[in-house]
Amino acid sequence: MRSDRVFNLILRSLAVAIIAGFLGLTWFLWKSALPTLKVAGAGFVWSQAWDPVANEFGALPFLWGTVVSSLLALCFSAPVSIGAALFLTDIASKKIRSPIAFLIEMLAAIPSVVYGIWGIFVLAPFVREYIHPMLNGHLGFLPFFVGPPFGLGMLTAAMVLAVMITPTITSVCREVFRSVPDPLREAAIGLGATRWETIRLAVLKTSISGIFAAMILGLGRALGETMAVTMVIGNRPEISLSLFKPAATMASVIANEYAEAQGDSHMSALAAIGLVLLLVSSIVNIAARWIIKRTESKTHV
Amino acid sequence: MSDTLRLPRIQRRRHFKSMVANGIIMIFAGMAILPLIMVFSYITSSGLPSLNLDFFVKLPAPAGETGGGMANAIAGSVLMVVMSGVMAIPPGLLCGLYIAEFPRQKLAGALRFVIDLMTGVPSIVIGLFAYATLVVPLGGFNAFAGSAALAIIMLPVVSRTTEEILRLIPSQLREAGLALGLPRWKVLLRLIMRAGRSAIATGVFLAIARASGETAPLLFTSFNNQYWSSSLSEPVASLPVQIYTYAISPYEEWHRLAWAGSLVLVSVVFTINLMSRVLLKRSSN
Repeated sequence: MRSDRVFNLILRSLAVAIIAGFLGLTWFLWKSALPTLKVAGAGFVWSQAWDPVANEFGALPFLWGTVVSSLLALCFSAPVSIGAALFLTDIASKKIRSPIAFLIEMLAAIPSVVYGIWGIFVLAPFVREYIHPMLNGHLGFLPFFVGPPFGLGMLTAAMVLAVMITPTITSVCREVFRSVPDPLREAAIGLGATRWETIRLAVLKTSISGIFAAMILGLGRALGETMAVTMVIGNRPEISLSLFKPAATMASVIANEYAEAQGDSHMSALAAIGLVLLLVSSIVNIAARWIIKRTESKTHV
Repeated sequence: MSDTLRLPRIQRRRHFKSMVANGIIMIFAGMAILPLIMVFSYITSSGLPSLNLDFFVKLPAPAGETGGGMANAIAGSVLMVVMSGVMAIPPGLLCGLYIAEFPRQKLAGALRFVIDLMTGVPSIVIGLFAYATLVVPLGGFNAFAGSAALAIIMLPVVSRTTEEILRLIPSQLREAGLALGLPRWKVLLRLIMRAGRSAIATGVFLAIARASGETAPLLFTSFNNQYWSSSLSEPVASLPVQIYTYAISPYEEWHRLAWAGSLVLVSVVFTINLMSRVLLKRSSN
């Protein structure tokens, strides 16, 4: 029918427009970043200097800050999220499952800036008063725990991030555990397995790649997270092993400096960091989706 | 207890191990919800005392003075969220429809991939894009650029929920419609979209909730404004940006207002979330 052809044409042109818009986004970033990339070349990614006044721009401190804070957050969050998902699928009684799942999902609804203000006024003082004296006092000889008791820094940022990615990892893990066929659990119980043995043999062993995908999705969320991190990480472009020293991430430096950036070269350098951030988070997201797709097709066969 | 009734040592060890593992899993589940309780109780206890009528009707007071409110920021947020909804929801619905209903078309597959990618784009990068395309050409920070940035964040959320919901609608409905001789577009818009409308509305609500809390893409698009602004071509205040500005300021008074703002923001977002869930439950019954 003719009206159908028109309708299809509308949908197709919309699709083309959106795809073109996304390509445009990448192209605009590339164009804004080009002056920096022309001057510094690929060395931009490996250069440590960041001094807008002296026109020196290198992305490495921010790359370091983003990767370390996100990985740390993943280390904190993964066990808790996997545990919470197991609780929801295999341990909790049916009655309390959905209220608890609801509460965990609500964590994802809290805006980033609210986590930020909580991080500044509640978590940072806690780190300064309790965690810093404990770790620095007893293990201060390790390079991870040296540093001043600011409260704001890498550790605080990673802790806030961990809270923020927990709902993502939990909900994906929950889906994965749910898709484990019940006969597998029943077989384990039938063989006399205890509850933990059932979980370990029937659930966890079959879900390893799903858990991995959930963790990568969580990592992807952490990499791009801006406001909460900007508010608690301290914003100093330094590469250090210490968890208590201030650092900066790719997202935080853009949030901090872009509106007040002086001069084209500074703005271009920030756009180049945005481009790197876009690339890294896209790759991580594609990887996670690819793993999920592969596991899905495997379990359905 | 006599020895014959006691389980062999290895059995006891296995059961002990299972109990410990159970305990650890329960502790982890508790740890997962603990932050929610902590954040929520802190916002309520710190924000509630500062929440009064002034907060909703007054403009921000200059630094150092007491009092003042966030009336202009609330209005600015509402304005930008509504605008972004107008820009993002119709195309988002159509994208979801296209991806779900025409899976054989290559273009639909490509669109699906791009929408997936868009969900993963950090919101600050979307801000950079809106800056390059709408702030620089228009000659300064403006409310329209902020709305557009929020719209880019909302669109993939709307599209993905629509797609997921439409996949669940039985194909008999489509066949029945087509058998009656209806054109396909009528079947899709009048029957299929209608059958899934309350579930789709849930997705739309969630996208609105998400956009209301976004800060990063507004920092250098709509920027901030201490006064009322009704023009789309001027910088405009928004609740999240105002909370951010006040939270990182050195003034006690502003911190107080930032907490009050957070309480308002979280309440709005939670209400929208709860509403959409009730809606979904009612529709699935």
